[in-house]
Amino acid sequence: MNGDMSGGAGLHHVGDGGMTRRAGLQPGHAYMRYHPKWYRRRMSVWWWLQKGSYAQFVLRELTSVAVAFFAFIFLWQVWALGQGPQAYAHVVARLGTPLAVVLSVVGFVLVLYHTVTWFNLAPAAMVVRVSGRRVPGWMVAAANYAAWVLLSAVVAWFFLGANQ
Amino acid sequence: MASTITLAVTRYRPEEEAEPTVETYTVPFRKDWVVLDALNHIKDHQDGTLSYRWSCRMGVCGSCGMMVNGSPKLTCAAFLSDYAPGPVRVEPLQFFPIVRDLIVDIGEFLHKLKKVKPWIVRAEEQPLSEGEYLQTPDEVDAYKAFSMCINCMLCYSACPIVGLESHFTGPAAIALAQRYNLDSRDQGASGRVEILSDHEGMWGCTFVGDCSRVCPKNVDPAAAIQQYKLTTAVDTLKSWLLPRGSR
Ligand code: SF4
Ligand code: FES
Repeated sequence: MNGDMSGGAGLHHVGDGGMTRRAGLQPGHAYMRYHPKWYRRRMSVWWWLQKGSYAQFVLRELTSVAVAFFAFIFLWQVWALGQGPQAYAHVVARLGTPLAVVLSVVGFVLVLYHTVTWFNLAPAAMVVRVSGRRVPGWMVAAANYAAWVLLSAVVAWFFLGANQ
Repeated sequence: MASTITLAVTRYRPEEEAEPTVETYTVPFRKDWVVLDALNHIKDHQDGTLSYRWSCRMGVCGSCGMMVNGSPKLTCAAFLSDYAPGPVRVEPLQFFPIVRDLIVDIGEFLHKLKKVKPWIVRAEEQPLSEGEYLQTPDEVDAYKAFSMCINCMLCYSACPIVGLESHFTGPAAIALAQRYNLDSRDQGASGRVEILSDHEGMWGCTFVGDCSRVCPKNVDPAAAIQQYKLTTAVDTLKSWLLPRGSR
Protein backbone atom coordinates (compact mmCIF):
# COMPACT_ATOMS: atom_id res chain seq x y z
CA MET A 1 0.00 0.00 0.00
CA ASN A 2 2.84 2.27 0.82
CA GLY A 3 4.95 1.24 -2.15
CA ASP A 4 4.56 2.90 -5.50
CA MET A 5 2.20 5.66 -4.58
CA SER A 6 4.05 7.33 -1.82
CA GLY A 7 7.49 5.79 -2.05
CA GLY A 8 7.66 5.26 1.69
CA ALA A 9 8.14 7.61 4.56
CA GLY A 10 8.74 11.16 3.52
CA LEU A 11 9.79 10.25 0.00
CA HIS A 12 6.71 10.77 -2.07
CA HIS A 13 7.28 12.79 -5.20
CA VAL A 14 4.13 14.62 -5.96
CA GLY A 15 3.64 17.52 -8.27
CA ASP A 16 2.06 19.81 -5.76
CA GLY A 17 3.63 23.03 -6.93
CA GLY A 18 6.18 23.10 -4.17
CA MET A 19 3.54 23.20 -1.42
CA THR A 20 5.12 20.30 0.38
CA ARG A 21 7.78 21.65 2.64
CA ARG A 22 9.74 18.61 3.64
CA ALA A 23 12.06 20.23 6.10
CA GLY A 24 9.96 19.52 9.16
CA LEU A 25 9.10 15.96 8.20
CA GLN A 26 10.16 13.55 10.84
CA PRO A 27 11.46 10.05 10.21
CA GLY A 28 8.75 7.42 10.31
CA HIS A 29 6.02 9.91 9.51
CA ALA A 30 4.52 8.44 6.39
CA TYR A 31 1.97 10.52 4.58
CA MET A 32 0.06 9.26 1.63
CA ARG A 33 -1.52 11.81 -0.60
CA TYR A 34 -5.29 12.08 -0.33
CA HIS A 35 -5.26 9.92 2.78
CA PRO A 36 -5.85 11.62 6.08
CA LYS A 37 -3.19 11.23 8.69
CA TRP A 38 -4.93 12.04 11.91
CA TYR A 39 -3.29 13.52 14.91
CA ARG A 40 -4.74 12.48 18.24
CA ARG A 41 -3.72 14.35 21.32
CA ARG A 42 -3.25 12.25 24.41
CA MET A 43 -5.17 13.33 27.43
CA SER A 44 -2.93 14.36 30.30
CA VAL A 45 -3.37 12.52 33.59
CA TRP A 46 -3.79 16.01 35.07
CA TRP A 47 -6.82 16.78 32.91
CA TRP A 48 -8.96 17.34 36.01
CA LEU A 49 -6.78 20.25 37.07
CA GLN A 50 -7.15 22.07 33.78
CA LYS A 51 -10.57 23.49 34.46
CA GLY A 52 -12.35 24.54 37.63
CA SER A 53 -15.47 22.59 36.68
CA TYR A 54 -13.46 19.41 36.11
CA ALA A 55 -11.77 19.76 39.51
CA GLN A 56 -15.13 20.34 41.19
CA PHE A 57 -16.47 17.22 39.54
CA VAL A 58 -13.55 15.03 40.63
CA LEU A 59 -13.82 16.42 44.16
CA ARG A 60 -17.53 15.63 44.21
CA GLU A 61 -16.80 12.04 43.18
CA LEU A 62 -14.00 11.65 45.74
CA THR A 63 -16.11 12.97 48.60
CA SER A 64 -18.31 9.90 48.22
CA VAL A 65 -15.60 8.14 50.26
CA ALA A 66 -16.65 10.32 53.20
CA VAL A 67 -20.28 9.39 52.58
CA ALA A 68 -19.33 5.71 52.77
CA PHE A 69 -17.38 6.43 55.97
CA PHE A 70 -20.42 7.91 57.67
CA ALA A 71 -22.68 5.15 56.41
CA PHE A 72 -20.30 2.69 58.03
CA ILE A 73 -20.29 4.61 61.32
CA PHE A 74 -24.07 4.77 61.24
CA LEU A 75 -24.38 1.02 60.74
CA TRP A 76 -21.88 0.46 63.53
CA GLN A 77 -23.98 2.61 65.89
CA VAL A 78 -27.20 0.84 64.97
CA TRP A 79 -25.54 -2.54 65.45
CA ALA A 80 -24.24 -1.45 68.89
CA LEU A 81 -27.67 -0.22 69.89
CA GLY A 82 -29.00 -3.68 69.19
CA GLN A 83 -26.29 -5.20 71.39
CA GLY A 84 -27.37 -3.26 74.45
CA PRO A 85 -26.36 -0.18 76.47
CA GLN A 86 -22.85 -1.37 77.27
CA ALA A 87 -21.89 -1.95 73.65
CA TYR A 88 -23.40 1.39 72.70
CA ALA A 89 -21.52 3.24 75.42
CA HIS A 90 -18.35 1.65 74.13
CA VAL A 91 -19.02 2.88 70.59
CA VAL A 92 -19.81 6.38 71.84
CA ALA A 93 -16.53 6.40 73.79
CA ARG A 94 -14.62 5.31 70.71
CA LEU A 95 -16.22 8.05 68.63
CA GLY A 96 -15.21 10.60 71.25
CA THR A 97 -11.47 10.12 70.90
CA PRO A 98 -9.60 13.10 69.39
CA LEU A 99 -8.76 11.17 66.21
CA ALA A 100 -12.39 10.17 65.70
CA VAL A 101 -13.52 13.75 66.25
CA VAL A 102 -11.03 15.11 63.71
CA LEU A 103 -12.08 12.44 61.20
CA SER A 104 -15.71 13.26 61.78
CA VAL A 105 -15.23 16.99 61.29
CA VAL A 106 -13.22 16.55 58.09
CA GLY A 107 -15.66 13.91 56.88
CA PHE A 108 -18.58 16.16 57.64
CA VAL A 109 -17.16 19.00 55.55
CA LEU A 110 -16.62 16.60 52.65
CA VAL A 111 -20.13 15.20 52.98
CA LEU A 112 -21.53 18.74 53.03
CA TYR A 113 -19.72 19.47 49.75
CA HIS A 114 -21.02 16.22 48.28
CA THR A 115 -24.57 16.86 49.35
CA VAL A 116 -24.74 20.48 48.29
CA THR A 117 -23.22 19.85 44.85
CA TRP A 118 -25.59 16.94 44.22
CA PHE A 119 -28.69 18.73 45.42
CA ASN A 120 -27.87 21.66 43.19
CA LEU A 121 -27.68 19.26 40.25
CA ALA A 122 -30.89 17.46 41.13
CA PRO A 123 -33.24 19.83 39.23
CA ALA A 124 -31.50 18.92 35.96
CA ALA A 125 -32.29 15.24 36.40
CA MET A 126 -35.78 15.55 37.84
CA VAL A 127 -38.60 16.86 35.74
CA VAL A 128 -41.49 17.20 38.16
CA ARG A 129 -44.85 18.15 36.77
CA VAL A 130 -47.73 19.35 38.85
CA SER A 131 -51.00 19.55 36.93
CA GLY A 132 -49.17 19.66 33.61
CA ARG A 133 -46.74 22.48 34.53
CA ARG A 134 -43.08 21.86 35.15
CA VAL A 135 -42.05 22.69 38.70
CA PRO A 136 -39.18 25.25 38.63
CA GLY A 137 -35.71 23.93 39.36
CA TRP A 138 -35.15 25.83 42.60
CA MET A 139 -38.24 24.19 44.09
CA VAL A 140 -36.95 20.72 43.26
CA ALA A 141 -33.65 21.61 44.94
CA ALA A 142 -35.48 23.13 47.91
CA ALA A 143 -37.53 19.95 48.35
CA ASN A 144 -34.30 17.96 48.47
CA TYR A 145 -32.82 20.28 51.10
CA ALA A 146 -36.01 20.11 53.16
CA ALA A 147 -35.99 16.32 53.08
CA TRP A 148 -32.33 16.40 54.13
CA VAL A 149 -32.98 18.63 57.14
CA LEU A 150 -35.99 16.57 58.16
CA LEU A 151 -34.19 13.23 57.94
CA SER A 152 -31.15 14.62 59.76
CA ALA A 153 -33.43 15.84 62.54
CA VAL A 154 -35.02 12.40 62.85
CA VAL A 155 -31.62 10.68 63.01
CA ALA A 156 -30.31 13.24 65.53
CA TRP A 157 -33.37 12.80 67.72
CA PHE A 158 -32.97 9.04 67.51
CA PHE A 159 -29.35 9.01 68.66
CA LEU A 160 -29.33 11.97 71.03
CA GLY A 161 -32.58 10.70 72.56
CA ALA A 162 -31.19 7.19 72.93
CA ASN A 163 -28.13 8.64 74.63
CA GLN A 164 -30.03 9.89 77.66
CA MET B 1 -8.68 50.83 21.15
CA ALA B 2 -5.79 48.86 19.69
CA SER B 3 -5.96 48.56 15.93
CA THR B 4 -4.71 45.00 15.66
CA ILE B 5 -5.01 41.75 17.56
CA THR B 6 -2.89 38.63 17.45
CA LEU B 7 -4.19 35.11 16.91
CA ALA B 8 -2.18 32.03 17.86
CA VAL B 9 -3.56 29.42 15.52
CA THR B 10 -2.90 25.68 15.56
CA ARG B 11 -1.49 24.40 12.30
CA TYR B 12 -1.14 20.76 11.41
CA ARG B 13 0.16 19.85 7.98
CA PRO B 14 0.39 16.08 8.03
CA GLU B 15 2.38 15.96 4.81
CA GLU B 16 5.20 17.90 6.40
CA GLU B 17 5.00 17.69 10.16
CA ALA B 18 4.36 14.93 12.63
CA GLU B 19 2.71 17.15 15.23
CA PRO B 20 0.63 20.29 15.27
CA THR B 21 2.45 23.59 15.63
CA VAL B 22 1.31 27.11 16.40
CA GLU B 23 1.46 30.02 14.02
CA THR B 24 0.70 33.59 14.97
CA TYR B 25 -1.09 36.08 12.77
CA THR B 26 -1.92 39.70 13.38
CA VAL B 27 -5.22 40.93 12.02
CA PRO B 28 -7.14 44.22 12.20
CA PHE B 29 -9.06 44.51 15.43
CA ARG B 30 -12.64 45.47 14.74
CA LYS B 31 -15.45 45.63 17.23
CA ASP B 32 -17.88 43.82 14.97
CA TRP B 33 -15.49 40.99 14.08
CA VAL B 34 -15.79 37.48 15.39
CA VAL B 35 -12.95 34.95 15.47
CA LEU B 36 -14.20 33.49 12.20
CA ASP B 37 -13.87 36.91 10.51
CA ALA B 38 -10.27 37.03 11.68
CA LEU B 39 -9.62 33.54 10.26
CA ASN B 40 -11.21 34.56 6.95
CA HIS B 41 -9.03 37.65 6.91
CA ILE B 42 -5.95 35.48 7.41
CA LYS B 43 -7.02 33.11 4.68
CA ASP B 44 -7.80 35.91 2.20
CA HIS B 45 -4.84 38.19 2.88
CA GLN B 46 -2.07 36.36 4.68
CA ASP B 47 -2.03 32.62 4.31
CA GLY B 48 -4.34 30.82 1.93
CA THR B 49 -3.27 27.42 3.23
CA LEU B 50 -5.01 27.81 6.58
CA SER B 51 -7.81 25.25 6.74
CA TYR B 52 -10.98 25.37 8.84
CA ARG B 53 -14.69 24.74 8.45
CA TRP B 54 -17.51 27.22 8.35
CA SER B 55 -20.65 27.91 6.45
CA CYS B 56 -23.55 29.97 7.76
CA ARG B 57 -21.77 32.61 9.91
CA MET B 58 -24.87 32.85 12.04
CA GLY B 59 -24.81 30.02 14.57
CA VAL B 60 -27.04 27.71 12.59
CA CYS B 61 -24.94 25.21 10.67
CA GLY B 62 -22.74 24.13 13.57
CA SER B 63 -19.61 23.71 11.48
CA CYS B 64 -17.33 26.46 12.84
CA GLY B 65 -16.69 25.00 16.32
CA MET B 66 -13.13 25.46 17.61
CA MET B 67 -11.36 25.92 20.90
CA VAL B 68 -11.00 29.63 21.60
CA ASN B 69 -8.68 30.31 24.52
CA GLY B 70 -9.26 26.74 25.66
CA SER B 71 -13.06 26.69 25.53
CA PRO B 72 -15.19 25.17 22.79
CA LYS B 73 -16.95 27.98 20.89
CA LEU B 74 -18.76 28.67 17.66
CA THR B 75 -16.18 30.97 16.10
CA CYS B 76 -18.90 32.83 14.23
CA ALA B 77 -20.36 33.84 17.58
CA ALA B 78 -17.12 34.52 19.49
CA PHE B 79 -16.37 38.25 19.31
CA LEU B 80 -12.73 39.30 19.16
CA SER B 81 -13.51 42.11 21.58
CA ASP B 82 -14.29 39.54 24.28
CA TYR B 83 -10.70 38.30 23.97
CA ALA B 84 -8.93 41.65 23.70
CA PRO B 85 -6.13 42.53 23.99
CA GLY B 86 -5.20 38.98 22.95
CA PRO B 87 -3.42 36.95 21.84
CA VAL B 88 -6.39 34.71 21.05
CA ARG B 89 -5.61 31.01 21.02
CA VAL B 90 -7.50 29.18 18.29
CA GLU B 91 -7.25 25.39 18.29
CA PRO B 92 -9.19 22.52 16.75
CA LEU B 93 -11.99 21.04 18.88
CA GLN B 94 -10.32 18.93 21.53
CA PHE B 95 -10.83 15.15 21.91
CA PHE B 96 -11.31 14.77 18.15
CA PRO B 97 -8.60 13.52 15.80
CA ILE B 98 -7.12 16.42 13.84
CA VAL B 99 -7.13 16.08 10.06
CA ARG B 100 -5.52 19.39 9.18
CA ASP B 101 -5.05 22.72 10.95
CA LEU B 102 -8.40 23.48 12.61
CA ILE B 103 -10.30 20.65 10.96
CA VAL B 104 -11.20 17.58 12.98
CA ASP B 105 -12.53 14.23 11.92
CA ILE B 106 -16.21 13.99 12.84
CA GLY B 107 -16.73 10.46 11.53
CA GLU B 108 -16.96 8.94 15.00
CA PHE B 109 -19.54 11.47 16.06
CA LEU B 110 -21.70 10.78 13.01
CA HIS B 111 -21.49 7.08 13.72
CA LYS B 112 -22.62 7.60 17.32
CA LEU B 113 -25.42 9.87 16.20
CA LYS B 114 -26.79 7.32 13.79
CA LYS B 115 -26.56 4.58 16.38
CA VAL B 116 -29.25 6.15 18.60
CA LYS B 117 -31.82 6.34 15.79
CA PRO B 118 -32.48 10.06 15.97
CA TRP B 119 -35.64 9.96 13.92
CA ILE B 120 -39.26 9.07 14.55
CA VAL B 121 -39.58 5.32 14.89
CA ARG B 122 -43.04 3.84 14.35
CA ALA B 123 -44.11 0.26 14.81
CA GLU B 124 -46.50 0.92 11.99
CA GLU B 125 -46.89 4.08 9.95
CA GLN B 126 -50.41 5.37 9.86
CA PRO B 127 -51.77 5.57 6.30
CA LEU B 128 -51.59 8.94 4.54
CA SER B 129 -55.35 9.07 4.38
CA GLU B 130 -55.45 9.51 8.16
CA GLY B 131 -53.48 12.72 7.87
CA GLU B 132 -50.51 13.95 9.82
CA TYR B 133 -49.56 13.06 13.38
CA LEU B 134 -50.93 15.85 15.53
CA GLN B 135 -49.36 17.17 18.72
CA THR B 136 -50.55 19.55 21.38
CA PRO B 137 -48.32 22.50 22.37
CA ASP B 138 -47.54 20.67 25.61
CA GLU B 139 -46.42 17.61 23.68
CA VAL B 140 -44.11 19.79 21.61
CA ASP B 141 -42.75 21.49 24.73
CA ALA B 142 -41.79 18.12 26.18
CA TYR B 143 -38.93 17.72 23.69
CA LYS B 144 -38.51 21.13 22.06
CA ALA B 145 -35.38 22.26 23.94
CA PHE B 146 -33.58 19.03 23.04
CA SER B 147 -34.50 19.45 19.39
CA MET B 148 -32.56 22.72 19.06
CA CYS B 149 -29.24 20.88 18.66
CA ILE B 150 -27.19 21.94 15.62
CA ASN B 151 -24.65 19.12 15.90
CA CYS B 152 -21.80 21.53 16.49
CA MET B 153 -20.05 19.04 18.81
CA LEU B 154 -18.94 21.72 21.27
CA CYS B 155 -20.41 19.52 24.00
CA TYR B 156 -18.12 16.64 22.97
CA SER B 157 -15.13 18.92 23.26
CA ALA B 158 -16.22 19.99 26.72
CA CYS B 159 -16.70 16.46 28.05
CA PRO B 160 -13.71 14.80 29.73
CA ILE B 161 -15.42 11.42 29.45
CA VAL B 162 -15.36 11.76 25.66
CA GLY B 163 -11.62 12.42 25.95
CA LEU B 164 -10.98 9.50 28.26
CA GLU B 165 -13.33 6.98 26.68
CA SER B 166 -13.61 7.51 22.95
CA HIS B 167 -16.45 4.99 22.63
CA PHE B 168 -18.73 7.00 24.91
CA THR B 169 -21.83 7.92 22.89
CA GLY B 170 -21.58 11.47 24.20
CA PRO B 171 -23.87 14.36 25.10
CA ALA B 172 -25.52 15.47 21.84
CA ALA B 173 -26.31 11.95 20.61
CA ILE B 174 -27.88 10.89 23.92
CA ALA B 175 -29.79 14.17 24.14
CA LEU B 176 -31.13 13.55 20.65
CA ALA B 177 -32.16 10.03 21.61
CA GLN B 178 -34.06 11.55 24.51
CA ARG B 179 -35.55 14.17 22.19
CA TYR B 180 -37.20 11.38 20.18
CA ASN B 181 -38.12 9.35 23.27
CA LEU B 182 -40.10 12.34 24.51
CA ASP B 183 -41.82 12.88 21.18
CA SER B 184 -45.42 11.70 21.38
CA ARG B 185 -45.23 10.47 17.77
CA ASP B 186 -42.27 8.19 18.45
CA GLN B 187 -42.41 4.54 19.48
CA GLY B 188 -38.71 3.72 19.45
CA ALA B 189 -37.86 4.34 23.12
CA SER B 190 -37.44 0.68 24.08
CA GLY B 191 -35.10 0.07 21.15
CA ARG B 192 -32.99 3.09 22.10
CA VAL B 193 -32.76 2.01 25.74
CA GLU B 194 -31.18 -1.23 24.61
CA ILE B 195 -28.60 0.69 22.61
CA LEU B 196 -27.89 3.21 25.37
CA SER B 197 -28.02 1.14 28.56
CA ASP B 198 -24.36 0.24 28.77
CA HIS B 199 -21.33 2.12 30.00
CA GLU B 200 -20.74 3.49 26.52
CA GLY B 201 -24.23 4.92 26.58
CA MET B 202 -25.99 6.97 29.22
CA TRP B 203 -24.27 5.28 32.18
CA GLY B 204 -20.91 6.40 30.87
CA CYS B 205 -21.95 9.92 31.82
CA THR B 206 -20.78 11.00 35.27
CA PHE B 207 -22.51 14.38 35.15
CA VAL B 208 -19.59 16.76 34.91
CA GLY B 209 -22.09 19.15 33.34
CA ASP B 210 -19.74 21.10 31.08
CA CYS B 211 -21.59 20.01 27.95
CA SER B 212 -24.57 22.09 29.01
CA ARG B 213 -22.40 25.07 29.91
CA VAL B 214 -20.85 25.30 26.44
CA CYS B 215 -23.92 24.50 24.34
CA PRO B 216 -24.71 27.51 22.13
CA LYS B 217 -28.34 26.44 21.76
CA ASN B 218 -29.18 25.82 25.42
CA VAL B 219 -29.97 22.22 24.67
CA ASP B 220 -28.81 21.15 28.16
CA PRO B 221 -27.61 17.69 27.11
CA ALA B 222 -26.51 16.93 30.71
CA ALA B 223 -30.10 17.27 31.87
CA ALA B 224 -31.31 15.10 29.00
CA ILE B 225 -28.91 12.32 30.00
CA GLN B 226 -29.77 12.46 33.72
CA GLN B 227 -33.49 12.42 32.93
CA TYR B 228 -32.92 9.49 30.64
CA LYS B 229 -31.06 7.65 33.43
CA LEU B 230 -33.84 8.39 35.88
CA THR B 231 -36.64 7.10 33.62
CA THR B 232 -34.61 4.02 32.73
CA ALA B 233 -33.92 3.25 36.40
CA VAL B 234 -37.55 3.78 37.37
CA ASP B 235 -38.74 1.59 34.49
CA THR B 236 -36.34 -1.17 35.52
CA LEU B 237 -37.53 -0.96 39.10
CA LYS B 238 -41.13 -1.14 37.97
CA SER B 239 -40.41 -4.19 35.87
CA TRP B 240 -39.05 -5.93 38.96
CA LEU B 241 -41.77 -4.90 41.35
CA LEU B 242 -44.98 -4.69 39.41
CA PRO B 243 -46.92 -7.53 37.82
CA ARG B 244 -46.79 -7.51 34.04
CA GLY B 245 -50.14 -5.95 33.26
CA SER B 246 -49.79 -2.79 35.31
CA ARG B 247 -46.45 -1.52 33.99
S1 SF4 C 1 -26.11 19.66 22.30
FE1 SF4 C 1 -25.50 21.83 22.02
S2 SF4 C 1 -23.24 21.76 22.08
FE2 SF4 C 1 -23.94 19.67 21.71
S3 SF4 C 1 -23.92 19.43 19.49
FE3 SF4 C 1 -26.00 20.07 20.07
S4 SF4 C 1 -26.01 22.30 19.89
FE4 SF4 C 1 -23.85 21.65 19.90
S1 FES D 1 -20.53 29.16 10.65
FE1 FES D 1 -22.42 28.11 10.94
S2 FES D 1 -22.51 27.96 13.09
FE2 FES D 1 -20.76 29.19 12.82
